[in-house]
Amino acid sequence: MEISGVLSRRNMPDEIGGFDLSPGHSEEEAHVLAVDDSLVDRKVIERLLKISSCKVTAVDSGRRALQFLGLDEEKNSAALDGLKVDLIITDYCMPGMTGYELLKKIKESSTFRETPVVIMSSENILTRIDRCLEEGAEDFIVKPVKLSDVKRLKDYMTREDRDGNEGRGINKRKLGEACDVSPSFSSSPPSISSSSSSWSAPSSPTSLDSPTRRLKTSTCD
Amino acid sequence: MDVGQLQRQFTDYTASLFREGFLDDQFTQLQKLQDENNPDFVFEVVSLFFDDSEKLVNNMAKALEQQTVEFKQVDAHVHQFKGSSSSVGAHRVKNVCVTFRNFCEQQNIEGCKRCLQQLRHEYSLLKSKLETLFRLEQQIIAAGGSIPMVE
Repeated sequence: MEISGVLSRRNMPDEIGGFDLSPGHSEEEAHVLAVDDSLVDRKVIERLLKISSCKVTAVDSGRRALQFLGLDEEKNSAALDGLKVDLIITDYCMPGMTGYELLKKIKESSTFRETPVVIMSSENILTRIDRCLEEGAEDFIVKPVKLSDVKRLKDYMTREDRDGNEGRGINKRKLGEACDVSPSFSSSPPSISSSSSSWSAPSSPTSLDSPTRRLKTSTCD
Repeated sequence: MDVGQLQRQFTDYTASLFREGFLDDQFTQLQKLQDENNPDFVFEVVSLFFDDSEKLVNNMAKALEQQTVEFKQVDAHVHQFKGSSSSVGAHRVKNVCVTFRNFCEQQNIEGCKRCLQQLRHEYSLLKSKLETLFRLEQQIIAAGGSIPMVE
């Protein structure tokens, strides 16, 4: 497969079968894939991300997300065309495929297992949070999502860049390498206790600096 | 009325909506996301919310009218409504949803029906108040002024 690296988005149509692509981005901007079945929440997260200088692709289901990433049976994705994804942010409670199931599928894939996945949920349930983090989620945000939450997400992406990857975003493994890398490359799932943010380690960049992050208090039931 | 007066009206009205619990901090968050490049953001989100709400409330009503009420179904709709109301800062609406979900869990049909009524009430109240707010915004803009920024 010929991989030409990160391509300019200018040639891409704005709508790819139900995907909402924001036009006019540069390669330096982080690209976030947002997944949420709620139209209201999609609109809000999209704006939150754009105002934080991210490119956004917003889809309404786990299935669409997998299609976009080329992880479904069709293998017909925008991402395989060289479009990098720096972060995936997904709602937990969705009909069809939950955010947790989507997280698992992403972590099972060779192309996207390194991509940070953040889960959003309106429910502050500890077991749910733990389950997601154990499965490799970078962070868990309790809804409603605020600007400060998104700013925090940007920190992951910026921090990774500073580790010497010339602003290529977190999905550092170029798609062409997916064929070369042996399955033993990433042996253990990322855990929050390994706070090393060196890009060569498959560990999560999440450090223990603010454990309260996980347990954001909110006015949930 | 001059621009200054309109702007003061807007600020006062907004403050009252917060004071009376119709809106909470999340609404302020949305206002922060609005700028010259996206001047209608709040209006657009709120419009989506109201469209969504119509459907959800109707679905809840239908589900509650069934011979055998599927409380899980009702709860699913309320859960969705709770989510979107929370995302736009519709504080009172969200609180009714919380109570509503408890009744669903208890499979208390009378409680559910009462909540549905309350929901309709709070939601139309909020709708008319926000319509007033948006009208004020329009008037300010028409008079050549700018919308006062939120604290």
